[in-house]
Amino acid sequence: MNNIASKLSNEEYEANFAELHPPFTSAAATVEANRCLYCFDSPCMKACPTHIDISTFIKKITTGNMKGSAKTILSSNWIALTCAKACPVNVLCEGACVYNAKGEEPIQIGRLQRYVMDWYVEKGMPQLFTPAPKNGKSVGIIGAGPSGLACAAELALMGYEVVIYEAKHIAGGLDTHGIAPYKMKQQDSLNEVKMVEKLGVTIKTGVRVGETISVEDLTKKHDAIFLGVGLKTPTRLGIPGEELNGVYDALTFIEKVTTRKWNSVDVGKRVAVIGAGNTAIDAATEAKRLGAEKVCMLYRRSEKEMPAYKFEFELAKKDGIEFQFLTAPKRILGNGKVEAVECLKMELGEKDSEGRRKPKPIPGSEFQIPVDMLIKSAGQNIEETFLSGIPGLKTAGGVVVVNSETLQTTNVKFFAGGDCINGGKEVVNAAADGKKAAGNIDRWLFVK
Amino acid sequence: MVDLSTNCGGIKSPNPFWLASAPPTNSAYQVCKAFEAGWGGAVWKTIGAPVMNVVNRYAAIDYNGQKIVGLNNIELISDRSIEINLKEISETKKLWPDRAVVASLMVESDRQIWHDIVKRTVDSGADGIELNYGCPHGMSERGMGSAVGQVPEYCSMITEWVTEVSTIPVIVKLTPNITDIRYPGRAAKKGGADAISLINTINTIMGVNLDTFEIEPSRGGKGGHGGYAGPAVKPIALHMVSEIARDPEINLPISAIGGISTWRDALEFILLGSSNVQVCTAAMHYGFRIVEDMIDGLTNWMEEKGFTSLDQIRGKALPNITSFGEMDLLYKAVAHIDEKKCIQCNLCYIACEDTAHQCIDLLPGDGQPKADPYAAEKKQPTVREADCVGCRLCYIVCPVENCITMVRKENGGKPKTWNELVKELPQPMSLEDLRKFQHEHGIEIH
Repeated sequence: MNNIASKLSNEEYEANFAELHPPFTSAAATVEANRCLYCFDSPCMKACPTHIDISTFIKKITTGNMKGSAKTILSSNWIALTCAKACPVNVLCEGACVYNAKGEEPIQIGRLQRYVMDWYVEKGMPQLFTPAPKNGKSVGIIGAGPSGLACAAELALMGYEVVIYEAKHIAGGLDTHGIAPYKMKQQDSLNEVKMVEKLGVTIKTGVRVGETISVEDLTKKHDAIFLGVGLKTPTRLGIPGEELNGVYDALTFIEKVTTRKWNSVDVGKRVAVIGAGNTAIDAATEAKRLGAEKVCMLYRRSEKEMPAYKFEFELAKKDGIEFQFLTAPKRILGNGKVEAVECLKMELGEKDSEGRRKPKPIPGSEFQIPVDMLIKSAGQNIEETFLSGIPGLKTAGGVVVVNSETLQTTNVKFFAGGDCINGGKEVVNAAADGKKAAGNIDRWLFVK
Repeated sequence: MVDLSTNCGGIKSPNPFWLASAPPTNSAYQVCKAFEAGWGGAVWKTIGAPVMNVVNRYAAIDYNGQKIVGLNNIELISDRSIEINLKEISETKKLWPDRAVVASLMVESDRQIWHDIVKRTVDSGADGIELNYGCPHGMSERGMGSAVGQVPEYCSMITEWVTEVSTIPVIVKLTPNITDIRYPGRAAKKGGADAISLINTINTIMGVNLDTFEIEPSRGGKGGHGGYAGPAVKPIALHMVSEIARDPEINLPISAIGGISTWRDALEFILLGSSNVQVCTAAMHYGFRIVEDMIDGLTNWMEEKGFTSLDQIRGKALPNITSFGEMDLLYKAVAHIDEKKCIQCNLCYIACEDTAHQCIDLLPGDGQPKADPYAAEKKQPTVREADCVGCRLCYIVCPVENCITMVRKENGGKPKTWNELVKELPQPMSLEDLRKFQHEHGIEIH
């Protein structure tokens, strides 16, 4: 990489990556919890994909019943700690809070949930549930991300023997490797992994299904299999220069940052990020917080169409990220190392099948932006090679095909959930899928 | 120009806000500081018999994160000498001639001892004397405080001992720890009191520690009852003040005490017949500065309403107090939910469904897009008017201002009170006769 940005002091790094939403003090949590109206049939609960009984867990905070509160949360969502910190609450539970309709600030549900889960972790994560006696059945889970962990926890409680196969050496999936450190620490995700292990789930890390163990063996070994494999292959931009030194894939970059070894992550002085989704924003803000002097995001549509949440966009702007809308990369220039990205100005034309106006290049509008580092965040795809090794398993439109009611795939022994069936959504959606699949695996195994 | 000055049984003050006899009025330093802040008067912390205090004197109830909804104390009367207190009263009065300085007294039930302290108090230059018949802890076990207030005979006897030598107005302060507040009130009148102040604190145990099983607050492992005050006691005080104010046998000026924190609280007591008010807990929570808003708020309210003196409003709410037997049984009102204001928290629904009369339905939303993106899938609580008994529980639990209202339903009939009904229907009244009457007026009991 040309022009590596100068390293910061440890204090500067820590300040840059300090938590966006610091924890509540006990007094503040009590005040906030008491503000909750304790709605009946509350809309926040319905808005949460895992349907946590939010008003009940909040009520329990007010009575000092922290253990009961933690149990209320975990009985709906085993990924509650990550969700508390990484969920886009303002479009989910907090967005549905009745206080919004009243013209007042919604209850800070995320922070209250975090308050409870922090307490639970601090207490050493005591066992709150008693797993049912072993039922003699075994389920294999591929992928130790949020959907796999949620599925595993539910099945373990029902009496299943559960083994999770995880290709990486550390479990947790994107919760461990893909969440901006100012939202949560890697350790939070690892604690969640521990919670699931405590239920008797075996997690085999460093095991790549299809390589370390064959799909066939796995199918023989287990009565059912859950696929929580997520997305792996980054979408290629398909332009010249992608192989240049200094060109990174966003998730690879983000994963390095989650280790919190700030000093060991090089960033360029001038960084361009291609894409304008939530992951792109994370990559951009993290590059900036690591010391990049200038970070520019390039997006081929306009601000109105950008897929990132509004609050993420605001965060990026506050971090001083520049936005080049209606700009698409044409080629990446450099002699071995990236030196510039040549872009084209775009204009919006007809609406596409999703109703978004299609960008089209303005001929002759080429211009160059000099950069030392280019981060690609144009989405990811399912691992077709691996999935094609599962007999009868169909994929379509870039996702694994499932029955939306049961999450069963076209190979009846395989169920699936999370990013590999939805193309990339929130942690909480994955957690909800895992739980839903567990119930359906149980039904399938005992009713079929 | 609004005049806030008051006269309570001959004791004048520039405004109706006095500090009650309590820790805030323990010394000349404190009382002078309070007068500086604007307080119209102060009843000095009770002086008299020698005492010794314990630590952890206060305990409070916090509710839903709000501090000090109620405050309990077992601090005794002044532990400073009578001489020092009277000297400071004398100096304070000289410095603040326009403010009311009232001495609160409590000594053993002995005529001579009472005569002695009353004379010394009169000599100090105090504007009046308040007799502490209310203190429910420490002193009552020694035959003083509420031990006197709970026995009307003692109450009138000691009041007589005081009034027979006092040349300044005498206020008798009553304890609420009694079944019917009018009896000690009448006894005070009989003893020659010039005014009555109430209420003193209420007997309470503040809590039990769930780890140690000790009483809160614990004094070396032990605790006990104390006197309760603060916002939580205001409704009790309002009732007792109104009982004294409405009793034709008493007819004395009232200095109201009990949970008064704001000018609004004060006004309620004045509208129920009080000459002035005394404040303690609110001052102990925030300091003397609270009186500024009390004076300012009361003045603004008076201006807005077109009143110029407190005499114009004193007791104005009393005629509206009546007994159950005089209320109109046929006055009909039903709950109405304003769907535009409703936030679909459904608290009215569950309160009515579980604990009232099952007359609110959760109806599916109209499916129309609304500003609230979640509104369309929410259900709308709706009152089934025919079944609504008008109990008002939904109105009380609704967190949105003016969303639920009690709507008057004209029934065309004339008012009918229970007392009238008793005269009209054969006695003893049968359920059948009552049902017939109800049916004739469109009232069905489900």
